[in-house]
Amino acid sequence: MHQYANPNRFLTLSDRILPWLSGLAVVLFAIGLPWALVVAPPDYQQGETVRIMYVHVPAAWLAVFCYAGLAALSAASLIWRHVLADFAARAIAPIGACFTFLALASGALWGKPMWGTWWVWDARLTSVLILFFFYLGHIALSRAFEDPTRGARAAAILALVGVVNLPIVKWSVDWWSSLHQPASISRFGTPAIHPDILIPLLIMAAAYFALFAALALIRTRTEIWRQRLRVLRLTRIERQQPLAGPSRPAGA
Amino acid sequence: MRLFWNIVKRDLRLSWRQGGGAVVGVAFFMIAVCLFPFGVGSQAAILAQIGPGIIWVCALLAALLSLEQLFQDDFQDGGLDLLLLADMSLERVVFAKCLANWLFSGVPILIVAPFLGIMLQMEMDALPGLVAALALGTPSLSLIGAVGAALTLGARRGGALLALLVLPLQIPVLVFGAGAVEAALNAQPMGVHLAVLTALLVGLAPLCLWASAAALRVAGE
Repeated sequence: MHQYANPNRFLTLSDRILPWLSGLAVVLFAIGLPWALVVAPPDYQQGETVRIMYVHVPAAWLAVFCYAGLAALSAASLIWRHVLADFAARAIAPIGACFTFLALASGALWGKPMWGTWWVWDARLTSVLILFFFYLGHIALSRAFEDPTRGARAAAILALVGVVNLPIVKWSVDWWSSLHQPASISRFGTPAIHPDILIPLLIMAAAYFALFAALALIRTRTEIWRQRLRVLRLTRIERQQPLAGPSRPAGA
Repeated sequence: MRLFWNIVKRDLRLSWRQGGGAVVGVAFFMIAVCLFPFGVGSQAAILAQIGPGIIWVCALLAALLSLEQLFQDDFQDGGLDLLLLADMSLERVVFAKCLANWLFSGVPILIVAPFLGIMLQMEMDALPGLVAALALGTPSLSLIGAVGAALTLGARRGGALLALLVLPLQIPVLVFGAGAVEAALNAQPMGVHLAVLTALLVGLAPLCLWASAAALRVAGE
């Protein structure tokens, strides 16, 4: 695994994977979106509003998945000091925040016709909102320092502390009585959803994951180039004013 | 152990001599609580109902005020480097500093809270419950806050950032703290809430001390 932590190797490898991954995301969305939004049958109770679910559920999965990924990258960053883990964590936090926001917003749009209210302070909704705040805190903290390495380390510790929220998000519907329905798709046993709905949902989920992977790669590459640009600029400034400052910022 | 108590004593002395940090924090707490009757109206029924929440939210915000200074001065004057080199694990150093922080920011709130409770039309019988819940909950606020304070050392706009990081983590303390007072007000048993508050304190202590110490090591690099 460690050999892939080399930024150069990552750049060449991701350059090769990226077109395929982006293409896969486009194809999956091209199949999944019309299927979910037009072809799939309306629900006998919810009517057409059930289609919001195809946008909402994968976004919620991604919101939790992104945070788990963020925590794993943070652990890698703190344990092995891989710069690539820092770059990737910095890259995926805003993506995760967007998916979390999408899950909250689409849930509110669905909740208004179904529950009669945009928002309830119940355990699932509140814990996802807190997840959103953790993303915001992570984004703000990782960009709050002159020295990017310092920001990355601090944000990594924060991400690991925030992991306590993940089980609460996952099992909140089982622990507390909640308006939000419990998970109806499990890998074990038969899912509680009809295949007509399940298959487009799974295609949408796959599309979301492909989109996430493509965006994460693009953003991580950008972070690597940004860091290189920063080093170049700093050395140029240093060359122009050789006697000016005693030090250059650490981590450059 | 002597080093531990020396750090506690030093922090208390410093916060006392630097413009009475304890007084400012508790004064903020009182003013913030007193804003609510102006904002929501002074009907006794409304105040009694939202009183526990008001007191807890204001305690959270008051705790934030003192946190920014928790490691800031040591970071700036180089004292932190000495603490990093001290003949004691950094986790215990953080524990000592949290204890001092709680003694000068949490304890004064415990003392004034019953009076504010009376002003918010809470029943006299519920006041011991209020103090008990605060006594178990405010140490957790200091512990969680230490993580945020250590993470934001040397950050730009550290104060606002600290609030953004710390407040979401403090929500469970708020939920069960206010729940305990609510139970006391309705003459229900509050043992469960107090037990959860204690569990939070015991569970948070190692996690927060580890995270704060790790963050301090990063800051000291």
